[in-house]
Amino acid sequence: MNNNRLRSIYSIPYTAWILLFVLAPIALIVYYSFFDLTGNFTLSNYRNFFSSVYLTLTISSFWYAFLITFFSLLIAYPTAYLLTKTKHKHLWLLLIIIPSWINLLLKTYAFIGLMGLYGPLNAFLETIGIGKQQILFTDFSFVFVSVYIFIPFMILPIFNALDKLNPTLIDASRDLGANSWTTFRRVIWPLTINGVKSGIQVVFIPALSLFMITRLIAGNKVITLGTAIEQQFLVTQNWGMGSTIAVFLIVFMFIIMLVTNGKEKGASGNGTNR
Amino acid sequence: MKSIINSAILILLISGILLFINAKLNEGSKSGKGTVTVYNWGEYIDPDLIEQFEEETGIKVVYETFDSNEAMMSKIEQGGTSYDISVPSEYMVEMMSEKDLLLPIDYSQIPNIEHIDPYFLDLAFDPGNQYSIPYFWGTVGIAFNPTLLEGQTFESWDDLWDPSLKQQVILVDGARETVGMALNSLGHSLNSTDLGELREAIDKLKTLSPNVKAVIGDEVTQLMINNEAAVSLTWSGQAADMMYENEDIDFVVPNEGSNLWFDNFVIPKTAKNIEGAHAFINFMLDPEVAAQNADYVGYSTPNLSALDLMDPEVVEDERFYPDEETRSHLEVYKNLGLELLGVYNELFLEFKMDMR
Repeated sequence: MNNNRLRSIYSIPYTAWILLFVLAPIALIVYYSFFDLTGNFTLSNYRNFFSSVYLTLTISSFWYAFLITFFSLLIAYPTAYLLTKTKHKHLWLLLIIIPSWINLLLKTYAFIGLMGLYGPLNAFLETIGIGKQQILFTDFSFVFVSVYIFIPFMILPIFNALDKLNPTLIDASRDLGANSWTTFRRVIWPLTINGVKSGIQVVFIPALSLFMITRLIAGNKVITLGTAIEQQFLVTQNWGMGSTIAVFLIVFMFIIMLVTNGKEKGASGNGTNR
Repeated sequence: MKSIINSAILILLISGILLFINAKLNEGSKSGKGTVTVYNWGEYIDPDLIEQFEEETGIKVVYETFDSNEAMMSKIEQGGTSYDISVPSEYMVEMMSEKDLLLPIDYSQIPNIEHIDPYFLDLAFDPGNQYSIPYFWGTVGIAFNPTLLEGQTFESWDDLWDPSLKQQVILVDGARETVGMALNSLGHSLNSTDLGELREAIDKLKTLSPNVKAVIGDEVTQLMINNEAAVSLTWSGQAADMMYENEDIDFVVPNEGSNLWFDNFVIPKTAKNIEGAHAFINFMLDPEVAAQNADYVGYSTPNLSALDLMDPEVVEDERFYPDEETRSHLEVYKNLGLELLGVYNELFLEFKMDMR
């Protein structure tokens, strides 16, 4: 009885938070998405979304988010693996995390200088004989800077999963005659898949709606759903259409969460799978 | 656990001290009887003049800045701060007066209005200047750096399409400016409401894609100064900033015509010190003050008497003070309404996606 009351008191901050800062804003966005410019109830925003402009926009957002996630994972997994093998692993991890404390915009501006025609990157290319290249405002610069920004968020969950991995399982796998590739494929990867999944979640979802980098680094040659939302709210002042795009973004996020959370086999890290 | 509590207390303590200092700093700057709150674009006034105004009138100036018309309007719409003066662009004056956010100006308190060139008064966006007085004006044109180009000149907008400019041109991340440029290049009005003409403009803009280096905002100034970019679509004042830092850069308004814009003093509904607001506007229209301000800011002043006091070399520069013949080719943006603004933006989005 007493315990119950205590529990309901404890749940107040959580419930209030969820109601005020999660459910209410989502409800408001959905509500606004049903109104046109003049404030009349309409479904035209949704019809509009299925026009070719926004569909292409969605596909291109997904493509770039995929590229960013893929390269982040490609770099983060071996890095995290290496970190768990080092002596002062938490120190090394901290060094990777620290840059993420610096303001995103500042880092982005730094890249404008680094990648400029007279920046150090081009100076390097010139000394090794390749010559000046237009690096800024290309697909490469966009994916590169985004990967740089998201990498700490990918490394962290993978590091935790690898760190919890019981090393005796790897020894056992070796003893039973598996080579290193088989050990990785059949033991290490399945046991750390949950870390990878949460890494993908925290990278892919924000990458879908990146918007400042699309302008500063890609010169608007890459357009994401985030850019479209920003424009609808700030320039066109069409809150209805902006909200509609946001609704679709939320739906996409839920789908990604479902896909990456689904079908977990057993618990992670304690060796109960298989 | 204990260390967590300790650091939490430390953070709270620091935040508290910062809040206290902030409150202390803001003390006395609250808008009231003896103060006037000015809401202006960044880097858009000579700070010495604010001091001079404070000394002459005893009214304290609280100065805040914004970076977009839309952001400014939404802040005024919400109330919050009682701004006494703001400086919207012409289409925004129209929008704000439609939304009933402005107070009419009392000209008996502004004798200095006589110095303003009549050419810039009584324009379509505010007939009879009921709500607004022009502060600065300018055009949209092409800033370019001849040292980075092979003799390319820009008499016509079509010169931007020249094959030699591959990956060289920077456009403005604004639908009205960039779509307007394409409309102008086809000989249409940049206030076109004809969907056929707009479609034609976007199709033409898409053929510019191979030449486009980027579509960005104010960052372009730095890129041009650092010789990173050779050609850009810019406002005249922004070009003046570039030319001030990099002497190689030149600016031109192509023959087919372009945009003529105004930033204007208005007194929003939020004003508390209406008399002070009038005094401030009147002060800024004083020829000597206006001349000093124009010299500092670098944009073109509509103040006829101030022009006599300025460096003749600046005033006779056709690039920034085009004659009436050239000006007759220029058009002021009309407020097209939100629906058409949406169409412009959607078409612009279509162009941006087509760029790769």
